[in-house]
Amino acid sequence: MGTRHYRRKTSHSEHGPGDGGRTGSWRVERPVFDRNLCIPCKRNKEACFICWLFCPEIVISRTIPPTVDLEYCKGCGICAEECPTKAITMVDEAKFAEEDKE
Amino acid sequence: MQQAKTTILSLPTGEFVHPGTRACTGCGLSIAYRVGLKALGPDTMLIVPPSCLTVLQGLFPVASTKLPCLNVTFASTAAAATGILATLKAQGNTHTTVAAWAGDGGTSDIGLQALSGAAERGDNFIYFCYDNEGYMNTGVQRSGTTPIGAITANTPFKGKLQQKKDVPAIMAAHHLSYVAACSAAYPLDLYDKILKCRDLPGTKYFHIHIPCPPGWGYDPRYGIKIGRLAVETGYYDLYEVVNGEFRLTAASEKLVEKRKLVPVREYFRSQSRFKVLTEEQIADIQKQIDDKWEGYYKKSD
Amino acid sequence: MHIIEDGNAAAALGVRLCRPQVIAAYPITPQTPVTEKLSEYVEEGSLSAQYIPVESEHSALAVCIAASSAGARVFTATSANGLLYMHEQVQWAAGARLPIVMCVVNRAVGAPWNIWNDQQDSISQRDTGWIQMYCADHQQILDTVIKAYWLAEKVSIPIMVCYDGYILSHTFMPFDLPEAGKVDAFLPPFQPDYALNPREPANLNTVTLPDVRVDVHGELAHGYMEIRYLLQEDLRLALAAAAEMERRFAGVFGRTADPYLEPYRCDDADFVAVGLGSLTYQLRVSVDALRAEGIRVGVMGVRFYRPFPDEAIANALKGKKSVIVFEKALSYGYEGALASDLKSALYEYLGGTGSLPTVQNFIAGIGGREIHTQELTDTLRAATQARVSKEPVWIGLKL
Repeated sequence: MGTRHYRRKTSHSEHGPGDGGRTGSWRVERPVFDRNLCIPCKRNKEACFICWLFCPEIVISRTIPPTVDLEYCKGCGICAEECPTKAITMVDEAKFAEEDKE
Repeated sequence: MQQAKTTILSLPTGEFVHPGTRACTGCGLSIAYRVGLKALGPDTMLIVPPSCLTVLQGLFPVASTKLPCLNVTFASTAAAATGILATLKAQGNTHTTVAAWAGDGGTSDIGLQALSGAAERGDNFIYFCYDNEGYMNTGVQRSGTTPIGAITANTPFKGKLQQKKDVPAIMAAHHLSYVAACSAAYPLDLYDKILKCRDLPGTKYFHIHIPCPPGWGYDPRYGIKIGRLAVETGYYDLYEVVNGEFRLTAASEKLVEKRKLVPVREYFRSQSRFKVLTEEQIADIQKQIDDKWEGYYKKSD
Repeated sequence: MHIIEDGNAAAALGVRLCRPQVIAAYPITPQTPVTEKLSEYVEEGSLSAQYIPVESEHSALAVCIAASSAGARVFTATSANGLLYMHEQVQWAAGARLPIVMCVVNRAVGAPWNIWNDQQDSISQRDTGWIQMYCADHQQILDTVIKAYWLAEKVSIPIMVCYDGYILSHTFMPFDLPEAGKVDAFLPPFQPDYALNPREPANLNTVTLPDVRVDVHGELAHGYMEIRYLLQEDLRLALAAAAEMERRFAGVFGRTADPYLEPYRCDDADFVAVGLGSLTYQLRVSVDALRAEGIRVGVMGVRFYRPFPDEAIANALKGKKSVIVFEKALSYGYEGALASDLKSALYEYLGGTGSLPTVQNFIAGIGGREIHTQELTDTLRAATQARVSKEPVWIGLKL
């Protein structure tokens, strides 16, 4: 390293996503939504969003239908456990291995 | 005047934490921190000592949090808040909120002196102790707030033999304008309490019960259930002390009406850290809980 | 305007002229009068600052670190065990590159308890990355405080202004109190490169990795090692900045001085006594006495101890027969830290030239033991006659 482009002389961090890398790679099981059971999907209006509230990683969108950012979802399963209608199932990532390759 | 209760649908959608943090899968702190920052809002300066939050917030040069934050030494959290406040005062800034977030070790053990000093001086900031009941960031050692009976890395076979230190009571004894006990399992209660205390004078203290999958020994998916069980068993109470007036809140307040606690055994049996607690010990703790709640019932009659 | 006040008042008056915005302090003898005076100035309104009465020295520096990070000019002062209790924060302030100015009113450290003067406290903080300046009289205390703010803010490195407890802090001497306008002309308001604020959020002093890492702009950011290297590099560059500081100070106040050293009768001397602080002024009396006996001896005060002005010192001691270092502190298990530093500088610049002076080391005044001038004179005379010992020799020891 011949030249320095260091902005400052201190540990001065600026914010951005994915400090921990693509944390989706930590996931063992993937949350899969059943739109026939999901309350906002069924009513087609803003409702419930318990999965959004309790998601520790902020990867579930507050939308109809709710979507999961799989790049960062760690697969904790809190959304599945807290869903009042059991609309979310945690599915083994191995099942998606082929699908993801495509 | 009672403020309107926030619901999931009325909770602001703006986020102050980026996804892809280094926090463990199913981290309870991530939930409380996310919602806490929503309540604090963009005009906030944070202070964080070494803790799980240091890791969650990111490694140089990337920060996971969108708010300005000063990382400080372990014992100096509250004093650093005083320093930021002093500068804001010198600059004539009366609008920016100063908030410190420290773990239970950083609060109940090494940070207690500085916290007590700042509270006694009446410095106007909000102090959050997120209590995952141990030194989780260093690999689950006992802290002052680890409960009796919990196995940790340095109480490996017998579990902790001493009682949990009651930090909110210590802080209430400083005659603060606001002391609150919250839980990551009740994020809206936390949110509303932060909004409520913001304009009160002096130091405000929040204690937040934080389920921790690796530290407590449970499948990450059950984190909210376990946090809720702590409240429904009457083991951990949600409350606030406003200018000296104690009041149960949210689910704990409802328990007074219901007069039916879930047996505490269910809470202990949900986590592997309590595996050495005997039935006799559990019965003993159950009696302490029942006595405490008898007091609450009497007060409400 | 010339006034007569004690050394702590000189420090407090100097601080007031620098208009700090935040002052935090915890009482410890003999520092207390500095901070009491500052609390008076704040309460009476002659200084517009936030005065924070903290619950410990650790918190005193914590307040200064946080306040400085948010953009305020700050001040604190301490002594002895108070400084030791701060130690973690002392290191932190340097690594965070905060221009904090702290007076260290030198006092012995425990155990056993001792409240009297020596310099073990500040010397033990030598390797923390702070600039250390030592004062020998009240005018120097006041001037050094003012200079320290300019230099600290110029190089973004904190500074300890060290002066001897009681001998300077509690004795009265006349000194010139400059007009506020002159200090304002010398020292502009603090304008940090970055101050923590919600409009421009940053996360400061985050965990930093052993190696470099790409930032959010896609550019390479340094690792911990680069941050620490830059501190060392800037400390070495601070020597040149100190020379600029003296030039500017002389231009405004008309008082000139060498930025690093304070020699007395050294030019034609064969033997030079070296020390830090007020002891070097006492040694002037011994030098005068020995000069009357025909011994060509001088004394040199080291005003700027960290970064160490190695080249200036080596040049000043070139051609001398012996350098006799008097110290009120010790690197226990070896010798006085200043003696070691001097040897290292002399070896570097004069090694192989055939004019390497011998170095002798005397330890005096530990824990406030009275230093009799006659003892100093006798010791210095003996040291000019032959090398007294390889080991440091304790003066006035009563074993």
